[in-house]
Amino acid sequence: MLRFIFGRLAVLIPTFIGVSIIAFSFIRLLPGDPVMLMSGERVMSPERHAELMHQLGLDRPIYVQYLDYLAGLVTGDFGSSIVTKRPVLEDFLNLFPATLELSLCAILVAVCLGIPAGVLAAVKRGTWLDQSIMGAALVGYSMPIFWWGLLLIIFFSGYLGWTPVSGRISLLYFFPSVTGFMLIDSLISGQAGAFKSALTYLILPTVVLATIPLAVIARQTRSAMLEVLGEDYVRTARAKGLSPLRVVGIHALRNAMIPVITTIGLQVGVLLAGAILTETIFSWPGIGKWMVDSVFKRDYAVVQGGLMLIAAVIMIVNLVVDLLYGLVNPRIRR
Amino acid sequence: MTVVETKASAPPSGLSEFWFYFSRNKGAVIGLVVFLAILLLAVFAPLVAPHSPSIQNRELLLLPPAWQEGGTWGHVLGTDAVGRDILSRLIYGARFSLFIGLVVVTLSVISGVLIGLVAGYFRGRVDTFIMRIMDIILAFPSLLLALVLVAVLGPGLLNAMIAISLVNQPHFVRLTRAAVMTEKSKDYVVGSQVAGAGTLRLMFLTILPNCLAPLIVQATLAFSAAILDAAALGFLGMGAQPPTPEWGTMLAEAREFIQRAWWVVTFPGLAILVTVLAINLMGDGLRDALDPKLKRS
Repeated sequence: MLRFIFGRLAVLIPTFIGVSIIAFSFIRLLPGDPVMLMSGERVMSPERHAELMHQLGLDRPIYVQYLDYLAGLVTGDFGSSIVTKRPVLEDFLNLFPATLELSLCAILVAVCLGIPAGVLAAVKRGTWLDQSIMGAALVGYSMPIFWWGLLLIIFFSGYLGWTPVSGRISLLYFFPSVTGFMLIDSLISGQAGAFKSALTYLILPTVVLATIPLAVIARQTRSAMLEVLGEDYVRTARAKGLSPLRVVGIHALRNAMIPVITTIGLQVGVLLAGAILTETIFSWPGIGKWMVDSVFKRDYAVVQGGLMLIAAVIMIVNLVVDLLYGLVNPRIRR
Repeated sequence: MTVVETKASAPPSGLSEFWFYFSRNKGAVIGLVVFLAILLLAVFAPLVAPHSPSIQNRELLLLPPAWQEGGTWGHVLGTDAVGRDILSRLIYGARFSLFIGLVVVTLSVISGVLIGLVAGYFRGRVDTFIMRIMDIILAFPSLLLALVLVAVLGPGLLNAMIAISLVNQPHFVRLTRAAVMTEKSKDYVVGSQVAGAGTLRLMFLTILPNCLAPLIVQATLAFSAAILDAAALGFLGMGAQPPTPEWGTMLAEAREFIQRAWWVVTFPGLAILVTVLAINLMGDGLRDALDPKLKRS
């Protein structure tokens, strides 16, 4: 097992270095140099330009700059925003809980609905129930979620007036951020109605973000279940006279879960990509909206640092999933 | 010629066998029909569209669809905020979406297959190097990487297509590599190597044709994913630029009218959904027909 862990870590290091090279070189691919980007429309004398270049260390050889950048990364220095001058890491840590809360709720919804739906479809294979579940899953899988979000806003916020359109909680409530998770913080604050408000703000973005993972998980669960239900040990369990619920729920589902867990792990990238769109539609103050805003504000220091941090999050989650997978399924360790 | 004849006289030909399995999946046939209809609309857009996609009619701003009060049958799906006919814009928009899908799939398939073939055939250091690079690309959420790439290259349809191809390509590399690795050790490959076939012949004529099934299925999925990604980039303002009647861009323009005019928001998205759904239905059918091992739904 230890060898397996170190093997995975050894692969991670070159990937991390590669990601840092991409994030590093991306700013240098832009026309002009960072100083010119910072000065924007203002005219700058060549002397001042050279001085700033020197100040920022941009007149050094490119590999020295890169090593310097890498050293910064290792010590947690991801640069500072050109616009707000705040450290990128600080902004990231402030905004990440919002994205994490949304993503966790979305994956929770997707798992809690997707797995039962997939099991049901597999058990009732070929019936109208199977066909409607799989039809709905394919529609969900094909959904342009930015449009789906707008439709939900038109109907639930505009027509019915049930849910708010943007933000995380009503402006009526104010309390200190303890965990960064609005649902938990609002409970801690003890203010009447705060939790309900946070929930109404969360519900539509969660539905939108959960749509694609839900569809993928339902499809994957169904196919994994179908495979397992045909196995000999399931037939044996049935022949022993165990109740159908026990056969499906315990014997089959446990073994079908292995590929499903992998699929759930793979949804992290999907969730973060979906967060970009979902947060933009619902003005959700998370890292997805932060990245889009920074791209439009041409705040390339933030884009660079954000790319690096988001890639790091994905790599860590993938590593954890890999390790869990190795734990669950000894065959893969080799 | 003789080779073809012997093949045709053997049990059912490849094509009819394919159609036998494909047509058993009703969803796939529906998907194919819808896709062909959209394709025809796109090709004959100038003949089919009732109006020009770009002419603005200042007297008919935000006209509702024909069946609603105030709508006219001259503009079946209504008009947008500057008085352009929505139906015509959607029909012309089909051209962009299908074109984007085609270009992205072509670019990512060709580059992905070439790179994957090299990695799977030569293995060793070349393979490790290539796979590490693919890992790096896959470490970013695809839409974010595409968004940043387009920000670097400059917003626009062409750059959006390049960016989406790049983030799509690792899937083809991995798939080709895996298929090549399983095929390479099989007897028929060793046989033709012993018979003196050169490296290029082995790679492209002996091995590659036997790896095509999963690649075709993945290409269908990539086609629909490309349409979705391009629309998402257009929606974020980084894809096709207004006044191009690209569906995602139309949605972005329509966002501010969301409370007043539901139709400007609803129809472009519906067009994206129907197209992507049709292609995914076809993809499921293709998978059933081409790859019994992968048979799932």
